[in-house]
Amino acid sequence: MTVMVDIRKVHKSFGTLEVLKGIDLSVRAGEVTVVLGPSGSGKSTLLRTINHLEKVDRGTISVDGALVGYRRSGDRLYELPEREVLRRRTRIGFVFQNFNLFPHLTVLDNVIEAPVSALKRPRKEAVDSARRLLERVGLADKADAYPRQLSGGQQQRVAIARALALEPKLLLFDEPTSALDPELVGEVLDVIRGLADQGTTMIVVTHEIGFAREVADTVVFMDDGRIVEQGPPAEVLERPGEERTRLFLSKVL
Amino acid sequence: MSSDTLAKASAAPDAPEHEDIPRIVPHRRPGQWTAAVAVLVLLGLAVNSVLRNEAFRWDLVADYFTSDSVLRGLWLTLWLTAVVMVLGFALGTLLAAGRLSANPVLSSVSWGYVWLFRSIPILVQLLLWFNIGALYPQVFGVKTVNLFTPVAVAIIGLTLHEAAYAAEVVRGGILSVDRGQIEAAQALGLGRWRRWWRIVLPQAMRSIVPPAGNMLIGTLKGTSIVSVIAVQDLLFSVQLVYHRTYQVIPLLMVATVWYTVVTSLLGVGQHYVEKYYARGAGHTR
Repeated sequence: MTVMVDIRKVHKSFGTLEVLKGIDLSVRAGEVTVVLGPSGSGKSTLLRTINHLEKVDRGTISVDGALVGYRRSGDRLYELPEREVLRRRTRIGFVFQNFNLFPHLTVLDNVIEAPVSALKRPRKEAVDSARRLLERVGLADKADAYPRQLSGGQQQRVAIARALALEPKLLLFDEPTSALDPELVGEVLDVIRGLADQGTTMIVVTHEIGFAREVADTVVFMDDGRIVEQGPPAEVLERPGEERTRLFLSKVL
Repeated sequence: MSSDTLAKASAAPDAPEHEDIPRIVPHRRPGQWTAAVAVLVLLGLAVNSVLRNEAFRWDLVADYFTSDSVLRGLWLTLWLTAVVMVLGFALGTLLAAGRLSANPVLSSVSWGYVWLFRSIPILVQLLLWFNIGALYPQVFGVKTVNLFTPVAVAIIGLTLHEAAYAAEVVRGGILSVDRGQIEAAQALGLGRWRRWWRIVLPQAMRSIVPPAGNMLIGTLKGTSIVSVIAVQDLLFSVQLVYHRTYQVIPLLMVATVWYTVVTSLLGVGQHYVEKYYARGAGHTR
């Protein structure tokens, strides 16, 4: 299978704190990669560097064969103008921990915003496909509601529909269920599971070990800015090779 | 009256309900009643004295209220307020953007502007612009005094003053928008202008509108200061009349009532604007 995401020797610091210390990771098209690790291990930062919300200090990240924020010429990377970065980003969907729906827009307007203004789709076409997406996440009847009239789980499902509206080649989830009440976690994971079954390429940062075991093709365990180990869930979760992974799993299970 | 209600309250336990659930008796507040009566009496006395005092000459107030010169002054006050608000907020928004920009020069210059123009009293500023000819007798070959007419000075001075305050109001509004909103818009590939007009500004407006409404009302009344440089606004118009007729109080009442009427209308408008920007916010009132 082709490689969708290729991360090489990525370093990132905030001030004097180095949060990514040389990350190498490759994600094949159609696979689900779940990133686990204690808070502060750099997993969210790694996810954010993939669509250039966070700039890397060193290393390269390419998605579907193209560097996201840069143009390579010889041994140099030139940062791209914002317009070009934005265009490349439309092929990557991002789902935030806190949903980040636009509170002053209806659910439908949230979903059609990017197709209409970033992809220049005709409004009617965008509305039709938005309604199909809302149906897919089970919220067809909420199109005219405002985000704050919805539960957290419903809001996150809208956020997923909004990300899907760009028909991205890759979906990134940053702890999509961490801000939810426990009884609402299931409905969001169901939607993500449905996407996995359809062969969507996804990278999911989460604390839901059960979800990782069931859905992931690859589990990546991060600690202190490094990838400690990675492999199929049966391996990493059941027979971890590293002491740090074992310690982490014993705490969260 | 209070002894009556007390009697009722104490009678309650004697009439038991079907079940043994005690009735709740609210705490009595005789002080509130006393204060209310005292205030109403004082208010009545004040209104009575205003209406009965012949010197107010309410008949003259009514005569001058819609006289041509007063209406012309009112019109100038209204459009001057509108122009100053629009230009002030336009410049203020630029200053706020400059202040929040990553460019240290733009940021410092914006900060310096706000610092300077908030430090100079508006009256001093108007007088300085009015006498600018002493510094620069000619601008682009034109005599400064012909360029800086009293109305032009009023617009320039009030706008520069307004912009300093508007900049802070707009900056506060922008800062009140959650950082995640901008990230979400960036992640969706929305361009800079789209992010600003469609995502940030409408949400910032929720915190901009209340202080902006306050500023609008303040500016409306604040324009009366231009009477010192002989711009014929509402106040200057009534002054012109009473310098001729010596009916000082009735004409000041004409101005007072007009300012009150317009301020009230603006307050009503602000209510609806706030309601519009609160959509999707859960609590609309």
